[in-house]
Amino acid sequence: MSAWNNVKAIAKRELGAYFSSPVAYVFIVIFLLLAGFFTFNVGQFFQIGEASLTSFFYWHPWLYLFLVPAVGMRLWSEERRQGTMELLLTMPITTWQAILGKFLASWAFLAIALLLTFPIVITVNYLGDPDNGIIFAGYVGSLLLAGAYLAISSMTSAMTRNQVVSFIVSVVICLFLIIVGFGPVTDLLTSWGSAALVDTVASFSVITHFDPFQKGLIDLRDIVFFLSIIVFALFTTGVIIRAHRAG
Amino acid sequence: MIKVENLKKAFGAKYAVNGVSFAVERGEVLGFLGPNGAGKSTTMRMIMGFIPPTDGKISVGGFDMVENPIPGKRLMGYLPENAPAYTDMTVHGFLGFAAELRGLSGQAKKKAIGNAVDMCFLESVLYQSVDTLSKGYRHRTSLAQSLLHDPDILILDEPTDGLDPNQKHEIRTLIRRMGETKVIIFSTHILEEVEAVCSRAIIIDRGQIVANGTPRELKARSQNAGAVTMSLLATPSSEVTAKLSALAAVKETQVISEDAGRTVLRCIPNKDQINGTFSRVVAELAQREGWRLEELRMEEGKLDDVFRSITLSETQKGATQ
Repeated sequence: MSAWNNVKAIAKRELGAYFSSPVAYVFIVIFLLLAGFFTFNVGQFFQIGEASLTSFFYWHPWLYLFLVPAVGMRLWSEERRQGTMELLLTMPITTWQAILGKFLASWAFLAIALLLTFPIVITVNYLGDPDNGIIFAGYVGSLLLAGAYLAISSMTSAMTRNQVVSFIVSVVICLFLIIVGFGPVTDLLTSWGSAALVDTVASFSVITHFDPFQKGLIDLRDIVFFLSIIVFALFTTGVIIRAHRAG
Repeated sequence: MIKVENLKKAFGAKYAVNGVSFAVERGEVLGFLGPNGAGKSTTMRMIMGFIPPTDGKISVGGFDMVENPIPGKRLMGYLPENAPAYTDMTVHGFLGFAAELRGLSGQAKKKAIGNAVDMCFLESVLYQSVDTLSKGYRHRTSLAQSLLHDPDILILDEPTDGLDPNQKHEIRTLIRRMGETKVIIFSTHILEEVEAVCSRAIIIDRGQIVANGTPRELKARSQNAGAVTMSLLATPSSEVTAKLSALAAVKETQVISEDAGRTVLRCIPNKDQINGTFSRVVAELAQREGWRLEELRMEEGKLDDVFRSITLSETQKGATQ
């Protein structure tokens, strides 16, 4: 039970750290503005004339591409820069408890930001008669997607004491995970590669696994995909921290 | 309580710590001395289970710190080098967080924070954010964190670094007081601190222990330890030197200064004469001769000299190898 208490204490501190600086509020405002911009201007919410949030969720992989690494970049690099990592890891806790606590805190932060998009759900329900099951699935998928990006940011942030480096590396990795399944790119690949190969590559993409959620499908395979990215990236975070300590 | 055997740590091909062994028991305050980069911090980090050793064994309270570090960590409080603390938290919030990780909650947590705050004089900044604190307060905040769970063992890496003389004094008093019932290992390069606080000192140089003993034992290794320094009026140095050299106990006499009728010289005894009686022998001679003695004192030897002679020669040996 003490293991869970440790995770909780770390998560509580981490979440407190987000909200004790104006960065959190700035982040949330930017997130909401961009989500609105993509939905209404780029996604043409009104012009489509559909009572759905397709245009809202469609851009999430791109929106998160920059915003999630911005949230995750400080997780470990800040600890390294300030030397508090030594303090934290000489406490009677395991590295895994620290990694999990920090990850859950920033995931919770992203969940809060995502939940604050609720006015759009109200709007679409006011304007028409959408399938709220599909909207719910969309939110589940979006949260899992954010978690996957975040775990990758946790991993890159353990690599360096420089937040900017951490941010850039994690954007690159997340971008890779998007484009291998992004429609225009896969279409291009199909023109000179076999369909099977393209499908295989695309199956590693977050887009491939995020799309079903937008259609209202909560498929166990997609959930497993996102969770395995999270587990793998957090595990790698642990390996990197251990290697760093060993010198 | 702490037992370290043949501890080694390599960073690449270079050994930062190379075969360190020692043991510390309850009631001891052990000072770690050494030039910068000698391996003091690395050794402490390994004892804390933060860095895995390349080779060797560490046991804390009977628990192996390599295989199973958590029970050992529970027994220890640690102040890392540069006294890190979460700058975005208040002092109270930071100590609360540390207390929770120490498994304290509710009343026990409140009491632990209260005690640590009292011991480190933090009341006035309790609700201030850590990044607004002066260096001294910040240092003590980090120190308070290590005392929260009233640990049996305290590992303090340069606990007085960057503090003003008053604060240094407070911290030393605190260490000495706690050292009566705990095990304390602390590193420093302030030698007077070792004399003031430690019951034992270890000098580390280039990853190895080069001296291990009480401050008094270490000082006795100084070349001037046991020598008598005297200051005389209206007596030429040649006469004094001649008389002193005639004594069986005297090995060598050095004239330190001679001006305006005042002669200062140092008289070094033979090896077997290094004891309490040598100064009396010299004093008796002075009385017999009717010298006008202004001052006569026996030198204890300086830790500075010992430290310099040990660590410098080691470094020079390294340079010529």
